[in-house]
Amino acid sequence: MQLTTEHFIALLPLLVTCATSVLVMLAIAWRRNHAQTYLLTVTGLVLALLAIIPALKVTPLAVTELLQVDNFACFYIGLILVATLVCVTLAHAYMEGYPGNREELYLLIILAAAGGIVLVSARHLAGLFIGLELLSVPVYGMVAYAFFNKRSLEAGIKYMVLSAAGSAFLLFGMALLYADAGTLSFAGLGAKLSADGSLSQLVHLGIGMMLIGLAFKLSLVPFHLWTPDVYEGAPAPVAAFLATASKVAVFAVLLRLYQLSPAMAGGWLNDLLSLIAIASILLGNLLALMQSNLKRLLGYSSIAHFGYLLVALIASKGLAVEAIGVYLTTYVLTSLGAFGVVTLMSTPYHGRDCDALYEYRGLFWRRPNLTAVLTLMMLSLAGIPLTAGFIGKFYIVAVGVESHLWWLLGSLIIGSAIGVFYYLRVMVTLFLVAPGLHRHDAPENWGQRTGGIMLMAMAGLTLFLGVYPQPLLELLQHTGLTAL
Amino acid sequence: MILPWLILIPFIGGLLCWQAERFGSSLPRTIAMLTMLLELALGLWLWFTGDFQLAPHPGADPVWTLEFKQVWIERFGINFHLAMDGLSLLMILLTGLLGVLSVLCSWSEIQKNVGFFHLNLMWILGGVIGVFLALDLFLFFFFWEMMLVPMYFLIALWGHSSIEGKSRIYAATKFFIYTQASGLIMLVAILGLVFVNFNNTGVLTFDYSLLLKAELPPATEYILMLGFFIAFAVKLPVVPFHSWLPDAHAQAPTAGSVDLAGILLKTAAYGLLRFALPLFPNASAEFAPIAMSLGLIGIFYGALLAFAQTDIKRLVAYSSVSHMGFILIGIYSGSQQALQGVVIQMLAHGLSAAALFILCGQLYERMHTRDMREMGGLWSRIAYLPAISLFFAAASLGLPGTGNFVGEFLILLGSFTATPWIVVIATSGLVFGSVYSLVMIHRAYFGPAKSEQALRGMNSRELGMTLSLAILIVLLGVYPQPILDTSAATMHGVQSWLSTAFTQLAAAR
Repeated sequence: MQLTTEHFIALLPLLVTCATSVLVMLAIAWRRNHAQTYLLTVTGLVLALLAIIPALKVTPLAVTELLQVDNFACFYIGLILVATLVCVTLAHAYMEGYPGNREELYLLIILAAAGGIVLVSARHLAGLFIGLELLSVPVYGMVAYAFFNKRSLEAGIKYMVLSAAGSAFLLFGMALLYADAGTLSFAGLGAKLSADGSLSQLVHLGIGMMLIGLAFKLSLVPFHLWTPDVYEGAPAPVAAFLATASKVAVFAVLLRLYQLSPAMAGGWLNDLLSLIAIASILLGNLLALMQSNLKRLLGYSSIAHFGYLLVALIASKGLAVEAIGVYLTTYVLTSLGAFGVVTLMSTPYHGRDCDALYEYRGLFWRRPNLTAVLTLMMLSLAGIPLTAGFIGKFYIVAVGVESHLWWLLGSLIIGSAIGVFYYLRVMVTLFLVAPGLHRHDAPENWGQRTGGIMLMAMAGLTLFLGVYPQPLLELLQHTGLTAL
Repeated sequence: MILPWLILIPFIGGLLCWQAERFGSSLPRTIAMLTMLLELALGLWLWFTGDFQLAPHPGADPVWTLEFKQVWIERFGINFHLAMDGLSLLMILLTGLLGVLSVLCSWSEIQKNVGFFHLNLMWILGGVIGVFLALDLFLFFFFWEMMLVPMYFLIALWGHSSIEGKSRIYAATKFFIYTQASGLIMLVAILGLVFVNFNNTGVLTFDYSLLLKAELPPATEYILMLGFFIAFAVKLPVVPFHSWLPDAHAQAPTAGSVDLAGILLKTAAYGLLRFALPLFPNASAEFAPIAMSLGLIGIFYGALLAFAQTDIKRLVAYSSVSHMGFILIGIYSGSQQALQGVVIQMLAHGLSAAALFILCGQLYERMHTRDMREMGGLWSRIAYLPAISLFFAAASLGLPGTGNFVGEFLILLGSFTATPWIVVIATSGLVFGSVYSLVMIHRAYFGPAKSEQALRGMNSRELGMTLSLAILIVLLGVYPQPILDTSAATMHGVQSWLSTAFTQLAAAR
């Protein structure tokens, strides 16, 4: 395949991100300086974000067999880069107090972001796998970054072992599909499989194994067991990255796969996905009920949220693609906000994160604005009007009604009713009378630091999208999938 | 342009209250007071200037006294569409009045975080006014859910923990989950209606006037109607869904109880009258016997449980359940008289329940308990308060001369022709009403005194609040005509929707 300038322009966001990682690596080798590394990273990410604009001019365009840059990809690239940018900013303040080497975290984050970009533009199972591994492997390092903290190390190892197992399943599944279809591109697979009429045993097995691999990355029930531990152990900004950028990328590729290979959809797979969705919604919410650790609670809640997202994936027609875009955007905003508060509370790093719920008791009377942010995020996660989360939930319900998925809607209603309970629990804790215990709070001037400003921006955006979502919806109407 | 301001004023006032706290605790109170007075004044001004002959009727495009429309979310055809007719106006007046009272009654009760308290109070009222004005189903749902959050905070942060050890957070969470879950069912129903309409006409819209014309297959209509009904039934509350109410009432601060009983319960009745009946007239007509039976059960169940309470606020809360039973019967009777009675009953119950809760609050400030076993013999120990309580207890049992009598009488009279048996049974519920009302007075104020020590009498603020409510209730009782005139057109519209459906149903059988 002939690569022209156009192809390079389309790839520009990815190229800039990769160049940034090289540059950051060289800069670290040359001189260890926290502020310098941070500035380099942020500049690189912002440039990559800006590079989406020229890329949009040439889309949709297939770049090699592996990647396809279309509006859909561009939107998710933007989402991933923004999430990464926020995580980096949060990490900057957080790492100030970190005793070890601080700079490599940025390198790992950029690499993972590059993986995410590859993943959302993948149109070929090989591209999918490369992207997924490029996304996951740096995350192992990031989760275990505070390696002298037992929990962080444990979380890192746990994530690595289980994630590798997930990848193995995925790879095996792909191999089985290849054995039957003789092609690895999404569209090719779809065409081949639908041409065959009834699917062979091999294909069923292959699809099932791939589903296991992807469900593991998305922490859907019953492959969710790692989630709370890893969320709890990972340093807060890393957990934020794991909850947002990493999951968004995987979900986006799953959506593309599901849409471009329609033969894979339907039949038993839909029933299985429905079961997984119902189990994720109910179990995620139920297990979150009694958590006294905010990071674990957010982990379980993310299981439930991806259960909600599956509803739209299963519907897979009409509004579904748009709904997934809206929901992922609002979810990213909200999760970043919630983890951002945890990060700021634990800033600067001091051995363990401030994630026990009792540490947040009476926060309102000490840090009213930070509390307002966390309250807003909890309401948004619960899907209450005036917040972005409501628009997301509205969309999912709309898709469910449109496609007559009554069972899934029923579990969604029950799930949100249960969910409200623990979100409210967190919320009301913030306003109770503070105990006289020793506590660790966000620095007094958190609002003036970059992390704080970023957090306020997230909160502002959550509120804005909750009241006036039209701009986002218009943007998303142009991000449909295009098959080439 | 005045309609969006009616909603915005409480929201802005709330923010001002919050920020004003740094200049002392009386400034937020004053600002909240002025906000609600402004709201009330605007409402009164609209009452005197508006033409309330304009109201939606079947068969024609709805007309309104005032209307405001602005494109909001184009993607779904959602408009920021507000409109007012007689019914909305009366509800807004009630909201403004009870808003003023709830600020007044928390004047000395709330001492911590005054600014934040008034922020929540104002936002509840703003949300409620939004519910009363919204004509876009999305907007309606938006406000419907939004008012929960400040109410939750009001109960959870400023409430009292109860005697049996149920905490205020428990009550607040229960309230929130009940209404949130039922709200989601309504959202599903709203979306179902919208998509059915979309499939028929190709227009994606949430607008009331367009959805009124939606043609629904009978089975779908029935299911969608149930979705709406469940949400309203939880809020009203109708008996199997009522269990959040006594807990929330008992644990809420006085202002919270006043708003809850006075206004929030009315949003459900309003929702039935404005949305459930006109949107699904045929299904509603078919469902009417069930709804009326539920109302009957509510009357007796509420009355019996009220009688058995020892907590005075829970007693009043259960009495609300009982009164709402009458409202439910009136709404589904399909007669103009009964529907007019519903309006009067809504207003009268709003005033009398608010007054009873205010009195309970005042009693609590003096006794530091709501347990009636600890009371007794208070008649001789507190000046004025027992006598005024007696008046409102009498109003609550529907004594002629009070608004409650007019309301209940009209409901029973209007429903009699259509459903005599239900009315006969419901009428005997009035006896139960007098039993629990008098038992409350008897247990709290008569009998041997627990101590001889006199308690602080009512000051002018407390007296002013309760006496003005008493005057309004008597006015409503002896001269309800202005109210009836205001709501006549709206109720006539609702009645024609329902009666057409009843005739069709009768013909089909």
